[in-house]
Amino acid sequence: MTTTQIAPAARQRLLPPEAGRAGFVDALRSEFTKIRSTRSTYWTLLALIVVCIGIGALACAGTASHPQGISAAGFDATQQSLAGLYVGQLVIAALGALTITSEYSTGMIRTSLAVQPRRGVVFAAKGVVFAVVTLVTGLIASFGSFFVGQAILSGAHAHLSATLGQPNVLRAVIGGALFLTACGMLAYGLGAVFRHTAAAISAAIGLLFVVTVLVQFLPHSWQDSVDKWMPALAGSQVWATKVTGGAHQFPAWGGFAVLAGWAAAAIIVGLVLFRTRDA
Amino acid sequence: MIEARGLTKRFGDKLAVDQLTFTVEPGRITGFLGPNGAGKTTTMRLILGLDRPTRGSVTVHGKEFSRLAYPMHELGALLDAKAVHGGRSAYNHLLCLAQANGIPRARVGEVLDLVGLTEVAGKRSRGFSLGMGQRLGIAAALLGDPAILMFDEPVNGLDPEGILWIRNLMKALAAEGRTIFVSSHLMSEMENTADHLLVIGRGRLIADCSVAEFIERNSVQSVRVRTPKPELLADLIAAAGGTTVAGAGGVLVAQGLPVDRIGDLAFENAIRLHELAPAQASLEEAFMELTADSVEFQAHTPGSGTASRTDRMHPTGVAS
Repeated sequence: MTTTQIAPAARQRLLPPEAGRAGFVDALRSEFTKIRSTRSTYWTLLALIVVCIGIGALACAGTASHPQGISAAGFDATQQSLAGLYVGQLVIAALGALTITSEYSTGMIRTSLAVQPRRGVVFAAKGVVFAVVTLVTGLIASFGSFFVGQAILSGAHAHLSATLGQPNVLRAVIGGALFLTACGMLAYGLGAVFRHTAAAISAAIGLLFVVTVLVQFLPHSWQDSVDKWMPALAGSQVWATKVTGGAHQFPAWGGFAVLAGWAAAAIIVGLVLFRTRDA
Repeated sequence: MIEARGLTKRFGDKLAVDQLTFTVEPGRITGFLGPNGAGKTTTMRLILGLDRPTRGSVTVHGKEFSRLAYPMHELGALLDAKAVHGGRSAYNHLLCLAQANGIPRARVGEVLDLVGLTEVAGKRSRGFSLGMGQRLGIAAALLGDPAILMFDEPVNGLDPEGILWIRNLMKALAAEGRTIFVSSHLMSEMENTADHLLVIGRGRLIADCSVAEFIERNSVQSVRVRTPKPELLADLIAAAGGTTVAGAGGVLVAQGLPVDRIGDLAFENAIRLHELAPAQASLEEAFMELTADSVEFQAHTPGSGTASRTDRMHPTGVAS
């Protein structure tokens, strides 16, 4: 355009870089500013840490005060200390959904897409920033839960507590953070599908929590072939040192792959709709 | 430059935008005028790629908006001042937008200064008044120092001071050589600011002309006379080629003759006049009649104009 030449020479125009274009790295910076500049992010992440550590500590305190009938061989001290993840998954699901639905509820999405109309870039950057923030917070929650829980257990019954050096323990504690991240990303995908906070959070909780409960009511012969495919139950194998819920369940990484598959499906459907629908 | 070619958007069975073809020329203020629901906002959303056209296309500087390398440097838009996350401070809101186009952080302070929001930069925008929200939206549009600015109903709901501020800002931005595309449902607003007008009604383009041309074409000159002998004067005016409508108390509203010709007719025929005044239908009235029922107006191509604009449509006249 010649417009810049028409402008009075007195004023220095802000010119874009001569090459390249507004891309993924720019979008990452933008999305990181967005996520760190709202209070709800901090409250939700704080809630995640408190819920994980608090519930894990309660569970371990229960075991510590009532150790009767618990054998060291059958007990998974790591999983016990990470029990807060059952509720933590719902907290992070809410934040995952909100990451994208809050743009719709406030109207911000129209402003966001008017400065970066390549929607795939916006969607990917938002997802990556959320995933990284969740993973870091998840590691804090997971390691925090483990150390607090084991301190409570070892104080009462040293033979019932675990250390990071024991087989599968480090994997399970890191797995707790991965589990939270995958649950959050599942909700992020659902957020893009529903574009409505209540609907997206309901769908995420339904898929993670309600379905897991409902499967318990199936006839036993069906249950074994169905429940191992349910996202939360399959995903929870990665934060246990032993396979839980029956011998038919997937092993740790296999189960996590099932949860990741659910999350990937939600994200792909969300991305397709995000790109094609009118904003 | 914004160019729309046969731009059409259908929502269900409603045609929101119907084969719009227009060019927003660089370096001037183009007013986008139409009643509420005429399709102005949809057209702007189509320009930004927020909505996909059902048919046709629209380009900014020759490219689809989503193909521009740095969109904020080419076109800054304010569609809806409420389209912000109210929990974010003004500064952070602008910062996240600037970062999306690789715009340096220092520019955020500049635009805050420009719109006068520096003092409340750290405050969450939820508590902003309508006028402050509007300023924040304009600051966002100016971040990339774009050649084109697009504002949707920027003065809606503002107090007189806010309206004046926006009006002056638009003039100043245009004086810097920028292209301004601004929508309004108020003709009076456009009369004061725009150089050129695009008028739409029910999604269709019904005028594409300069403001002066629009005034000339759409404001009917009439003359109001009051006389003890209205019948006699009406006959004389008719004989001279004019038309009249009689009102109560000897009032005639004449059209088709200039005011001095009517005065002369009365004088030459010794008709006493108690009142003689030219009256121009206000532009607001002309605009309302023009858009009241757009389908009544048949489109035809103007005699002049470049080949690329032969599908502009003009009203055949103003219904009386």
